[in-house]
Amino acid sequence: MGSHFIRGVLVLCLALAVGFVPAASPVDAQGKGTIKIATQSPLSGGQSALGEGIKLGTQLAVEKFKGNLEKAGFKVEVVPYDDQAKPDVGVSNAKNIIADKDIMVVIGHLNSGVAIPSSEVYKETNLAMVSPANTNEKITDRGYPNVNRVCGRDDVQGPVGSEFAHSLKVKSVYIVHDKTTYGQGVAEAFKADIEKKGVKVIGFEGTEEKSNFDPIITPIKAKNPDLIYFGGIYDQGAPFFKQAREKGVKSKFLGPDGMDSSDLVKIGGKAVVGLYYTTAAAPASSPQAKQFGEEYKKKFGKNPEPYAAESYVSTAIAIKALEAATAGGKAPTRDAVTAAIRKVKYAGMTGTIEFDDKGDPKRASYYVLQVSSDNPEKWGENKEAKRLAIAAPAAKK
Amino acid sequence: MDFELLVGIFPQVLLDGITLGFMYALIALGYTMVYGVLEFINFAHSEIFIFGAFVGVEILLSLQSAGWLERLPWVVVLILVLLAGMLASGLLAVTVERVAYRPLRNAPRLIPLISAIGVSFFLQDVIRFFESIWRNAFNLVYPTMDVMNQRFELTSTIDVSVRSLVVIVAALLMLWGLHVLVNRTKIGTAIRAVAEDQAAASLMGVNVNRMISMTFLIGGAMGGAAGVLFGIQYSLINPYTGFIPGLKAFTAAVLGGIGNIPGAMLGGLVLGLLEAFAASYLSLLTGGAFGAEYKDIFAFSVLILILIFRPKGLLGEVIRGRA
Repeated sequence: MGSHFIRGVLVLCLALAVGFVPAASPVDAQGKGTIKIATQSPLSGGQSALGEGIKLGTQLAVEKFKGNLEKAGFKVEVVPYDDQAKPDVGVSNAKNIIADKDIMVVIGHLNSGVAIPSSEVYKETNLAMVSPANTNEKITDRGYPNVNRVCGRDDVQGPVGSEFAHSLKVKSVYIVHDKTTYGQGVAEAFKADIEKKGVKVIGFEGTEEKSNFDPIITPIKAKNPDLIYFGGIYDQGAPFFKQAREKGVKSKFLGPDGMDSSDLVKIGGKAVVGLYYTTAAAPASSPQAKQFGEEYKKKFGKNPEPYAAESYVSTAIAIKALEAATAGGKAPTRDAVTAAIRKVKYAGMTGTIEFDDKGDPKRASYYVLQVSSDNPEKWGENKEAKRLAIAAPAAKK
Repeated sequence: MDFELLVGIFPQVLLDGITLGFMYALIALGYTMVYGVLEFINFAHSEIFIFGAFVGVEILLSLQSAGWLERLPWVVVLILVLLAGMLASGLLAVTVERVAYRPLRNAPRLIPLISAIGVSFFLQDVIRFFESIWRNAFNLVYPTMDVMNQRFELTSTIDVSVRSLVVIVAALLMLWGLHVLVNRTKIGTAIRAVAEDQAAASLMGVNVNRMISMTFLIGGAMGGAAGVLFGIQYSLINPYTGFIPGLKAFTAAVLGGIGNIPGAMLGGLVLGLLEAFAASYLSLLTGGAFGAEYKDIFAFSVLILILIFRPKGLLGEVIRGRA
């Protein structure tokens, strides 16, 4: 053991010495190796529309910003992984990802329930993850140095929803959630906050049902709440709201950013027009976002899904960090990239992003949007009903 | 506890439960008929069921894009879609039997069962693969027909939608048709003969293979019809949607007494009602301690209780005797 250790130290010293030499030697323009940026998001299954958007957002950003890295002699590649929105798949992909020494950063995931166990794996090798979409508080409250996100948090998104509901002057709400980490998380945060505001919560119900919501809707209709909050994703929320309207429920609808997909109106049709949703994804109305939308459409032939922009921003931040970590022609290490990400300050289409010591953006913007048309093509035109900029709460101990 | 509310929603829950129950009953027939004849559980039936829903949605979407959906009378559209779904699922069931089960008929019991599970996975992904190429979509939505969305509001809490009525009426008609087919026709007699004793039936001049195919055709067609009705009622389908209703329908078949046709209908209704009542009433009755998410636990607990006291199901398992 002892001799191995000494030999190891010697090799390390030698390597370091060699590492310092190239500053003097001529810069080799090519062949410094490949830097891979991995994405993990659902590319198949019910949420693949959003997952695909994350992958494409990253691809677009890499193409746009890889110039400096290529000039420094690195090849930059995107390697997409399909986590199928399932924690077990995400974790097994994560194991493959950490085994690939060229991967320096992961952009992902879509689902908090997948991101949490997967990031435990990334942490083993201090591989940086920049999340475009995971809003669950646990993501950053664990205080891992390698985990960051550019979006807001559920424990803020819930209160944003309740703030808005309160401003609509509703007197009673009925809350339904999908029993996932994400859905139940926002629903509970919403509930706690709206109760504080003195609004009556007349029902709190979890369901895994995907098709038949009749038996849940019947009591809702009888209790006739002013507003129904659904904590979950659009593939379940859309049929729920649709069946509720068709059964004659007249309440206002509100949901978290899981509703933020054009598939919501594809499935829900006219029934979901007028639905409000809170989101940490910037609406596609700012000039920067418009430009992004046009480039995205030109390249991929479709409108960006929500979180494609956040994924683009995450990747841009990652590339800035990679540039810092490779300054002077060094080969990047995961530790260096992970540390560099926390130092990046990036002004993009979702505002200026700077991470705090947990990996949350120092100030995140939250929006309340209203569905304005039953045409999925017009999803980008949803009206902004309210905007709030809120700092991430301090870590709960 | 709000007693008025509990009573007020009762008829609505009953109606929802009956609608769901008839759907389960139609699917359960596929399991029970095959079991009656071959004593084997066709686990691919849940995919045969959802295949009917996919054929239905494809036809409706084509009609819609051709602009005929509004022009044709809705009854015609409905019958057309139902027949197409039945035909497609029936033929698929026959093909599955021919390819995956018949070569294994004399193998030990577990072998065709494994084959059935394999077929189930295979069909799920074939449908997913095809739809992702054909429509670039995972979730498909049944186009709305305005007539179907009409509701008769009886009181403020109770209303009856045309859709539920269509499901119930169509299911009743099909169950009646099946009853006549099995009990009053020559084919039905032959199927029952095969169920009773294959060797003896073949000695009496019954073509056993053809009758087995016929069983799959009828069971598959019922499943296909259920698929179309499922799509019309709940509107959203994806290639994996069939699994849970299939499992529940299988349970319904066991509950009623597997191999027993009236048993499957009764079992489906009982399970549908149990589920609807559990989902609507659990949280009201327990003050929110147990919510709708416990509906399956509740329904299946009742099921276990019933099976403890009547291990052969409500109407008894009829393997030898009647089909």
